[in-house]
Amino acid sequence: MNLLVSIILIIGAAFTTIAAIGLIRFPDFFTRMHAATKAGAFGGIIILLLCAFCFASLKITLIVLVNIIFFYFTAPVAAHMIARSAYINRVKQWEGSKADELKGKIALKQHHKD
Amino acid sequence: MGELQIFPWAIMSAYALLISALGIATWRLIYGPSLFDRVVAMDLISAVVMCIAAVFALETQNPVFLEISVAIAVVTFLGTIAFARYLEDEEEE
Repeated sequence: MNLLVSIILIIGAAFTTIAAIGLIRFPDFFTRMHAATKAGAFGGIIILLLCAFCFASLKITLIVLVNIIFFYFTAPVAAHMIARSAYINRVKQWEGSKADELKGKIALKQHHKD
Repeated sequence: MGELQIFPWAIMSAYALLISALGIATWRLIYGPSLFDRVVAMDLISAVVMCIAAVFALETQNPVFLEISVAIAVVTFLGTIAFARYLEDEEEE
């Protein structure tokens, strides 16, 4: 059982590192933001759940539950707002990106600020 | 089921992985071509710091450190939202 817990801890930390690696390798802002928010939150969730599992008491589990609520539900909202303000500020997408569904549907800023 | 004890090598390698993630995110924070990359790097740095606090709580078997990650989660969200709002409509003021 101790071995299992240790392996899960390594997997959680590995996900966070993969998020950081994704932050470097991706070509433009939107893919980077996508990688960092998603994998970073997932790695954090694994480690937090492991904490709740190791400290086998109700109080700790409730603390971890509150933590997960504040962390896992707010990360996508923050990422959405950042992406929206980036799109409004005319941040160029990667040249190979296929679709831009938001073209013409949203008022871009007049002068380019970057 | 006795008290779960995590092996020291697991905690050391978890620290190593998280510190490397921290270094990579800091490099992106410094280099980041546009301001938005820096905001995303800050977001990831705070997520990694939360994980480090959780691993520290596991290492010392002292659950008080989990409150740190709760606080960081809330503050990070507010910071990112403040940045997004600022960058969106800074001309109107």
